[in-house]
Amino acid sequence: MGSSAHEIQGHLKKYYMVFGALLVLTGVTVAVAEFHVSIGMAIVVALFVASIKGTLVACYFMHLMEEKSMLIWILALCALFFLMLLLVPMFTIGEQDAGLMERMRGLSPN
Amino acid sequence: MSATVIPYDVKPHPLTGMYNGKFGIWLFLASEIMLFGALFSTYVLLRVGAPEGTWPIAGSPTTRGDNILQVPLAALNTAFLITSSVTMVLAWANLKMGSFKKGQQFLLVTVLLAGAFLVVKYFEYNSKLHHYAVTFNEHFDRDGVESKSFKGLTQAGTEKTIHYLWGHVEETKKDADGAIQSYLFMPDHDTSHGGEGHEPKAVEIHPAEIARMTTFGPGGSSFLGCYFVITGLHGLHIVGGIVVMLWFLLTGSKMWKTQPDKYANRIECTGLYWHFVDLVWIFLFPVLYLL
Amino acid sequence: MSDHSHELPFWKKYIFSVDHKVIGIQYTVTALLFLAFGFGLMLVMRYQLAYPNQPLPGVFASVLSEPVVGEVTVNEATGETGKVLTGDGYNAFGAMHGTIMVFLAIVPLAVGGFGNFVLPLQCGAPDMAFPRLNMASYWTYLCGGILMLFGFFVKGGAANSGWTSYPPLSLIATTGQTIWLLGMVILITSSLLGSVNFIVTAVQLRVQGLSFFRLPFFVWAQLVTSFLLLLAFPPLEAAGLLQLMDRVAGTSFFDPGGLIISGVERNSAGGGSPLLWQHLFWFLAHPEVYVLILPGLGIIAEVIANNTRKPLWGYKSLVYSAIFLGFMSFIVWAHHMYLTGMGTTLSTFFQATTMIISVPSVIILTCLVISLWGARIRFNTPMLFALSFLPMFAIGGLTGLPLGLTASDIHLHDTYYVIGHFHYVVAPGTIFAMFAGVYYWYPKASGRMMNEWLGRIHWFGSFVFINAVFMPFFFLGMAGVLRRQFDQTETLHGAAVQGLTVMATWGAIGLALAQIPFVINFFWSMFAGQRVGANPWKATTLEWTAPSPPPHGNFDAVPVVARGPYEYSVPGESEDFSMQATA
Repeated sequence: MGSSAHEIQGHLKKYYMVFGALLVLTGVTVAVAEFHVSIGMAIVVALFVASIKGTLVACYFMHLMEEKSMLIWILALCALFFLMLLLVPMFTIGEQDAGLMERMRGLSPN
Repeated sequence: MSATVIPYDVKPHPLTGMYNGKFGIWLFLASEIMLFGALFSTYVLLRVGAPEGTWPIAGSPTTRGDNILQVPLAALNTAFLITSSVTMVLAWANLKMGSFKKGQQFLLVTVLLAGAFLVVKYFEYNSKLHHYAVTFNEHFDRDGVESKSFKGLTQAGTEKTIHYLWGHVEETKKDADGAIQSYLFMPDHDTSHGGEGHEPKAVEIHPAEIARMTTFGPGGSSFLGCYFVITGLHGLHIVGGIVVMLWFLLTGSKMWKTQPDKYANRIECTGLYWHFVDLVWIFLFPVLYLL
Repeated sequence: MSDHSHELPFWKKYIFSVDHKVIGIQYTVTALLFLAFGFGLMLVMRYQLAYPNQPLPGVFASVLSEPVVGEVTVNEATGETGKVLTGDGYNAFGAMHGTIMVFLAIVPLAVGGFGNFVLPLQCGAPDMAFPRLNMASYWTYLCGGILMLFGFFVKGGAANSGWTSYPPLSLIATTGQTIWLLGMVILITSSLLGSVNFIVTAVQLRVQGLSFFRLPFFVWAQLVTSFLLLLAFPPLEAAGLLQLMDRVAGTSFFDPGGLIISGVERNSAGGGSPLLWQHLFWFLAHPEVYVLILPGLGIIAEVIANNTRKPLWGYKSLVYSAIFLGFMSFIVWAHHMYLTGMGTTLSTFFQATTMIISVPSVIILTCLVISLWGARIRFNTPMLFALSFLPMFAIGGLTGLPLGLTASDIHLHDTYYVIGHFHYVVAPGTIFAMFAGVYYWYPKASGRMMNEWLGRIHWFGSFVFINAVFMPFFFLGMAGVLRRQFDQTETLHGAAVQGLTVMATWGAIGLALAQIPFVINFFWSMFAGQRVGANPWKATTLEWTAPSPPPHGNFDAVPVVARGPYEYSVPGESEDFSMQATA
């Protein structure tokens, strides 16, 4: 952890650069959305840009780059289980009997 | 206060490189990832499972959230949160460099930006809660105001046409017993067929004609449910952050005088939490508004 | 370090205490009370099951009222009336029995109670890493528990959709369900606070020399448990919030739409998925099974090592198995859902992971059994409970395999067989481990021993009767009796095996009576038990270095560790135990 006053002075510039990058990337996200590209493309671009932004925040603002390996391992474990959670929709829809989704289509304001 | 001295309360542990509080807050954030993960997973499931034309709400031309949400407001809020994240980290950096006054000033700016986020959110919520979607039993046509229609599927899988209008309730007329007689309904400009190029005009609707009437609140559709629950929970996290930061603004000087390192650590932990809240929003913004 | 402890006023020392030992005892006592309450609910249900629609005996009839019980005429001639459990009452008791036992009794006892009391001591720490957070965690738990119980007093009674709260039934249930959801959210918050505290304490507060592989197995078990609580509970918290919104805010996360209730269509947008709840629920609730059993295994390991006077056999295998068990527990959840219309690819995947997860469980059990080999065992009360734990846990674990295989699960799903299976894991399994722990650490907490003979009577009665309760369940289940049935005699196949149900009921009554010596022992020993020094069991781990009871701050001097946790009967040493702390 860069904790001496001098080291932190050096960090300040980095913080402003990350800040600028985040604002630009937000602009990019909105701009791309305005083009109304295909939904698949939009998802890929939006999540890709969001991931870059998230990584910047985590690495620089949250100083993840300077942390020791134990925390990284714990977060990696968490990320793995997070991915398991995201598989839930696939498990629920992909493999259930086809009739179920049909029956779920009552939907609509009715 | 406890009379015992807890090791690694302020100094980092050689193995983990973190003092207790920082390790604790990271573990807490790991659990938060799972919390929002489950909600995100719910969103994906409901979205993938939604029949065509019902996402974000029945009758939408595309599946994008901006059919019913305002992107500019959300983009503004994104800017607020990103800025507040940078002021948060500057608050900590200044405390670390020994400048209490500057540190507290940046903390104050962070609180203000968080407050601004909530104000914008309030307007967003408020407009949703006063915007109505009305589904009619059959095709509606009165005083030149016609309902729009949309083909959906019933529970049994057969096709069914749904007649609906979006708009605002101008006035609710009740009889002496308080039972609702009729609504004076002002349709949205783009959904009413009546009077193109003219000002839309209000029309009277009777309860007997309505199959379902709902606001664009949480009960409006699966999407709106996700939107309100996820942003609501995120908003509660913002409120929590504001409370903690205000606490440090008010009481910080006392701890700074005796234990400046500990105080800087506390701000660092608050910051980690705050950056996480920002990070969640970075994902929420495109997912809810732009996709 | 402890010079301030006597200055604290009573309410700070015992009520709003930040001392992990006091909080541990608060947890233990509260959880034991909830355990007794949950057991009481079960007794009423068992009476109904054995003697369907017959008036409850006086002790229950006098405390129960509408809508849990209804009046019936017992004797036409005299007009004498009695009270019987209603179907709604039965459902509420069933749901609350499960909820209370899992979330308010066993987990707080195993993690909040034993974890809090023992873990910092075994790490040589003066307290938990965050003492005030620890206090907050207990009080949050207590609030959640009281709120849960409050459900009994709202209109329509307590939650009655089963402890699993499957929608759409739970969406249309009475107000009790809303209270249940609020209670769950609060309880989950409490265990999150607790688990953060445990992990930080076990990682950061270990004293000098106490490397990870010198930690007692109990600490490892608690560490893995805490990670499970930390990462598996939030999805249920999210699911709980979503169901709460479905009930109070008109959303439809779990409501597919078109639900007709009493001829009226439920007003919702529809589009939700009831299965989503099941996925999110079991994403927590399967790791939860290991939350229930791992601390128990930790306690058993301590007791067995101590009373065999030998090092544990395969300490490292135990540790690695526990870690692997924790990891795998996140990817087996859907084996609770084979009957939801799951496709064969998916069920095969979960079948495979379920078979894999049984391997580390068997390794742990095998290590513990082999540890007994060639030992001169001290048969004291904790050891008797530990020894009976081993076969009971084995029965519970092995009967789980047929449930993990789709072919047999189709027949056994939702029958009493399932109830028998998990109760064997949790009741004669975990609860026996808890009893072993209470007898084992009681002298550390109070400075006095518990009475050995009362303890043995307690053990013998519990061991015999608990098997009388749960063994019949396997046969009932294989006979096809469904687990949530109110009155099995209404079906032919149920009526044919009613005798087994009666046997289980009398077993439960016997089990209740067998706890009387424990209650007497628990309180009597507090004042009249034999006074003991720091290390009555001649044990090795760090908690026995501290005085009994340890003062605030725990140790007279910060210990330094020079050995592994279970160095018993080391050749060449003068004593048959070598303590971890160097003098």
